[in-house]
Amino acid sequence: MNDVLKELKSIAEKIYDDLEKSRIPNLQLPARTKSNIRFDERYRVWKYGNQRITRSAVSLPGAYMILRTVYTLDFIRQMIEQHKTSTLRELYYISEGWGEAKFYTQDESDKLAEDLEILTKKLREDLKLRPEEDGARVIGDIVIEERTRKGEKRRIHCQDDVGDSGYSIPYNVEKEKIKFIETNANKIIAIETGGMFDRLVENEFDEKSNSILIHLKGQPARSTRRFIKRLNEELNLPVIVFTDGDPWSYRIFASVAYGAIKTAHISEYLATPSAQFLGVTPSDILAYELPSDELTKEDINALKSELNDPRFHDEFWINEIKTQLEVKKKSEQQALAKYGLNYVTDVYLPEKLAEMGYEM
Amino acid sequence: MPIAEELAKKQKEISIAEFFERNRQILGFDNLTRALITSVKEAVDNSLDACEEAGILPDIIIKIEEAGENEYRIEIEDNGPGIVKKQIPNVFGRLLYGSRFHSLKQSRGQQGIGISAVVLYSQLTTGKPINVISKIGENLPAHSYELLIDTKRNRPHIVKEELMHWDKKSGTKIGFYIKGKYVKNRKQSVYGYLKNTAIVNPHAKIIFIEPDGTKNVFDRVAYELPEQPKEIKPHPYGVEIGTLIKMLKETNAKKMVAFLSKEFSSISPQKAKEVLSLANVDTNISPKEIGIEKAKRIIESFKKIKFISPPTDCLSPIGENLIKRGLRKETSQLSPEFISTNKRMPCIFRGIPFMVETGIVYGGNLPRDERIEILRFANKVPLLYQEGACVITEAIKNMDWRRYGLEQKGGKGIPYGPAIILVHVASVNVPFTSESKEAIAHVEEIEREVKLSLQQCARKMKAHLSKKKKRAKAENKFLLISKILPEIAKKVAATLGKPIPPIDDVITQIMNIVWIDDSVNSNGNLTESRINVTNYRKAIHTFDLYVEIPSKKYLVKAIPEPEKIGENYMKWKVEKIKPSEKREFKFILNTDFDENNIYVDGINPVYVIGAEKWEGE
Repeated sequence: MNDVLKELKSIAEKIYDDLEKSRIPNLQLPARTKSNIRFDERYRVWKYGNQRITRSAVSLPGAYMILRTVYTLDFIRQMIEQHKTSTLRELYYISEGWGEAKFYTQDESDKLAEDLEILTKKLREDLKLRPEEDGARVIGDIVIEERTRKGEKRRIHCQDDVGDSGYSIPYNVEKEKIKFIETNANKIIAIETGGMFDRLVENEFDEKSNSILIHLKGQPARSTRRFIKRLNEELNLPVIVFTDGDPWSYRIFASVAYGAIKTAHISEYLATPSAQFLGVTPSDILAYELPSDELTKEDINALKSELNDPRFHDEFWINEIKTQLEVKKKSEQQALAKYGLNYVTDVYLPEKLAEMGYEM
Repeated sequence: MPIAEELAKKQKEISIAEFFERNRQILGFDNLTRALITSVKEAVDNSLDACEEAGILPDIIIKIEEAGENEYRIEIEDNGPGIVKKQIPNVFGRLLYGSRFHSLKQSRGQQGIGISAVVLYSQLTTGKPINVISKIGENLPAHSYELLIDTKRNRPHIVKEELMHWDKKSGTKIGFYIKGKYVKNRKQSVYGYLKNTAIVNPHAKIIFIEPDGTKNVFDRVAYELPEQPKEIKPHPYGVEIGTLIKMLKETNAKKMVAFLSKEFSSISPQKAKEVLSLANVDTNISPKEIGIEKAKRIIESFKKIKFISPPTDCLSPIGENLIKRGLRKETSQLSPEFISTNKRMPCIFRGIPFMVETGIVYGGNLPRDERIEILRFANKVPLLYQEGACVITEAIKNMDWRRYGLEQKGGKGIPYGPAIILVHVASVNVPFTSESKEAIAHVEEIEREVKLSLQQCARKMKAHLSKKKKRAKAENKFLLISKILPEIAKKVAATLGKPIPPIDDVITQIMNIVWIDDSVNSNGNLTESRINVTNYRKAIHTFDLYVEIPSKKYLVKAIPEPEKIGENYMKWKVEKIKPSEKREFKFILNTDFDENNIYVDGINPVYVIGAEKWEGE
């Protein structure tokens, strides 16, 4: 039997068994909180710790969660049998017909899909659920072989075969879908904003710096993070993250490098522990005298919360965050345009990369 | 002798005339909408009064037809005692002609200006005569009149007069044209007035045919007539100088002592002498010789002397049960969850007896975030206008409703929430703020009684709400075990292709209580209560179940046979109820009953939901 089906069935069996043996049905899950992530020495990523919460049918919310779980897993079972997939949004709408098990917001169904990943130790893709967001963009000297929807293998050179918006990362980036054929690049630069990605493309920085440029599109989708991790592991390319200089952007870096709290159950699969943060750092704001905005109350709270976040417990981050709390300023990547459109590619990035020990 | 003849004897004339032609606004004819409502109201009030005085259950038919631009023909027919031929022109064609001006008696139309004012309004706005048909007995013919009022002389002008056959035992039908405006769907409308009238007159059947042909039937829900209010004489504390002078003029008494002790309540000959000596008036003087100065001194003396209170058995309340029935019937489409009522003992203000009754309707489909609705009544007549000027509204505003579960900004003002408040003030002389009789004046004693009565109702409402809150928690669990858990079992069984597992044991563990739920259903005069006891605990339990009843004399049947029936309660033994077992107890009462109060004894009350601990009788 299909491995995933087996896992799904074992959850149903657990509930069935509880009822048959006159136990109140319950499911145990790791607590998905900041206080329950631990550094995994083996994978060098942050994963859930030992705190577990029990969802028990003794209370109404617990009973609803179990009811929705059994409905969702039965739905996934049917999809597997019928070779179908659905988006997370479709899962939410499909539940309209589930009576009491219906989800009232997509948040609820998204969260349940994550719960099921944790319970089955399988990926969302294995559960035939795919995200809504389209993948991020890639430009650089790399040849990718993609298996198209018609089953053909197509080779794409991510400079020569794509337009200025680059190659678009599909939601499934596993080996059966994508293979990396060859590359002449020596590093990967992941960029937070579309504006900066387009600036580097226009300035031909991929060629000048011999880099693969990847647009993160804010908080990166799973497929983007998985794609970066595979490039890093399979082609041995270092990963450099270039974001805005504010607390929210540091979290984008953290999710690329260490794993996100929400998906800590699959951090070893998504996170790239060797990824490095290039900037914009609070020190850069001062050193390059960048145009800046005052930190808001929310920014300050976010920074303080990062001081308590185990993922940021190293000297670099503690110093930078403290500096930022002192100067109370934040800057965007595009603030570098203060010195002209070519400044970022002619001065800032070469200087920063050299500082980090990279060749152009 | 037909009853109408007896009534006619008392009908004396009072002469005032053109004054009213110039002051029609004070009678409630100040705009077209209100004029139409007032016209219907005056006629219906008269019909109800006449039927009740004659001991007849009222059947009233109101028909409104369009008769031109802003002109309507209104017809009101009752099954009352009818009016003797001789009196018909006077009753309708003469202002201030009636039996009630001198008497102190709780009645709807307290001053007898009502119906003739309608006739006058009709005449002033359309110029058309009114039509009256009346019949006073089974084998007598009916008399039909067409009438106008001679406004200079305040005398009826008979346009046409004839005998006719009317297929009715007795009754009166009047038809007239007026300028007016017909409105629907609001409180201040004919429909609103009739609906509220139906609430406080559950013994009446009212049929209302609207201009568009819609027929509304407000059915009878009570078959007994309210007790007839008794006429009483004025009390010395309540009499004013004008009334005293009028009484002095009209009395048959020859001497002052006799006058005072005969024409007033609570004045003995002994007290009369005391009054006269204090007022420095000769005891033997004739009442006709008392001038204004002496009259004033007598009024002063009244205030200084202690009199016993007037009799209070003269009032005719609606009664708690009938208010409840009326409210239930007229709010049934809102399916309210709770109705409570209260009746106060009669009280006195300025020597005038009065009493207050109240009711609160709560929940159901009543709007949750709007101001509560206030239904005001004086002597069983709905008050539709001048809400803000009325002592009833004032009393409601000055209560802190937050403690009873309604919203109220700062604990003052009209509260918000899903509730209707009904207040009825009955009195031999309701102190209205003006002649249009729409608002009751600020009398401290009345405000106090309204508050006290509403507090009683509100306390019952609060108790109901607390009970409900407690149950809501339990109902979550009930939803869990009755819906969610069976669904889980069904779905996992389907996924695995196995039979549905039994869930009773799990239910018992989740609930871990003895669940008591009940329902009350009214059917005419009978009320059936059902109480279900379900044991959702692992243990077998034996305990006593107690239910309150208003009185054992109302008990029709109880199943199973209770172990004990007390005056105000019944007791069953719940013997060895097993886990997952359910037992039903029911009883029927032949009285109104809204909510069960259930108690248990012999089991730890924390294991029980739906009943309190029995604390003894």
